[in-house]
Amino acid sequence: MKVECEEGGVDQRAVSDAVWNSVLRLFGEVGCSQAGLYLVHFDEEEKYGVLRCSHKALPMVKAAIASVTKIGNKPAAIHVLRVSGSIKTLRRKVDVQTLRAS
Amino acid sequence: MKFSDLHLRVPLNDWEKTRRMIAKSFELGYSRVGVPLPPSTKQEIIDRLRRVCEEFGVDLVTRLELLPRSSSELLGSLRRFRRQFEVVSVLCVSKPLARQAAKDRRVDLLSFPAVEPRKRFFDWAEAELASRSKAAFEIDLAQVLSVEGFSRIIFLSRLRKEVVTAKSYGVPVVLSSGAADPLLLRKPQDYASLALLFGIEAPYALEALSTIPAGVVERNRLKQDADYVAPGIRIVRRKGSLENR
Repeated sequence: MKVECEEGGVDQRAVSDAVWNSVLRLFGEVGCSQAGLYLVHFDEEEKYGVLRCSHKALPMVKAAIASVTKIGNKPAAIHVLRVSGSIKTLRRKVDVQTLRAS
Repeated sequence: MKFSDLHLRVPLNDWEKTRRMIAKSFELGYSRVGVPLPPSTKQEIIDRLRRVCEEFGVDLVTRLELLPRSSSELLGSLRRFRRQFEVVSVLCVSKPLARQAAKDRRVDLLSFPAVEPRKRFFDWAEAELASRSKAAFEIDLAQVLSVEGFSRIIFLSRLRKEVVTAKSYGVPVVLSSGAADPLLLRKPQDYASLALLFGIEAPYALEALSTIPAGVVERNRLKQDADYVAPGIRIVRRKGSLENR
């Protein structure tokens, strides 16, 4: 996923909190427990991150990510770039995409 | 799949922001954007907007957004401005207005800008009228992103009912961004995920972002073509072209 924030940088903790709070607000504590969220990696400079979740909760997590409008108190947006079943494949696909883009 | 966003609210008095929003739309995967324009918009502004869109390879759709105070004002506006714009939407802020807009074949999109359920007027009556006049029910996703807490709960509940009503009467649903800020824009797939919150499954949501709005635009562009006469009738050859052969 890519984080977009016009007012300066965001840190890993803030992004993780924003996603967790979004899932909590939309789907409640039960939804959060089913989602199994974990922010595996976040590059604070490039603002790219990898979020792990339960595959059964994927539609729910994607909806929650799309509904994030603030990170901390800063207006922000999070865009899902790719979804993959394994983190290894995801890193490989993202590297290929970055290479092609450059 | 080509995605369309028929309600990109660019600020025409801030061309820098307009460029950014159109660039952002292209970056997110939209090949067509509809920009609401006031009826008195000068042709040079439309031409400038078209040039900006062409710069990014985005197809511009001129959209007229009507907010009449009464049904008679709506009819007058439609009579005056319908042919000048490719898509006509009506902001239905009252029940009589919603009825009149749903009944009129010149209206393409029915929009309900209010978030409070008491100020939204799309029910079975409007759906039945809209199904006959081929109007589509538009949902602005910026509204879903802007509300929080109890307001969002009520709004989502209301939207869910409206979507069920639209589907049961065969009224097509169009999903638009309704974004006036680049940070409210999302990829079409993200909007499709968001639509799950009010009961629209992903395949239909993607259609509501692609084929359905494209159908509205293509239908109207065909009508604006010089060779168009009536539904199902168009000029194939003219007398002059026969004599030249």
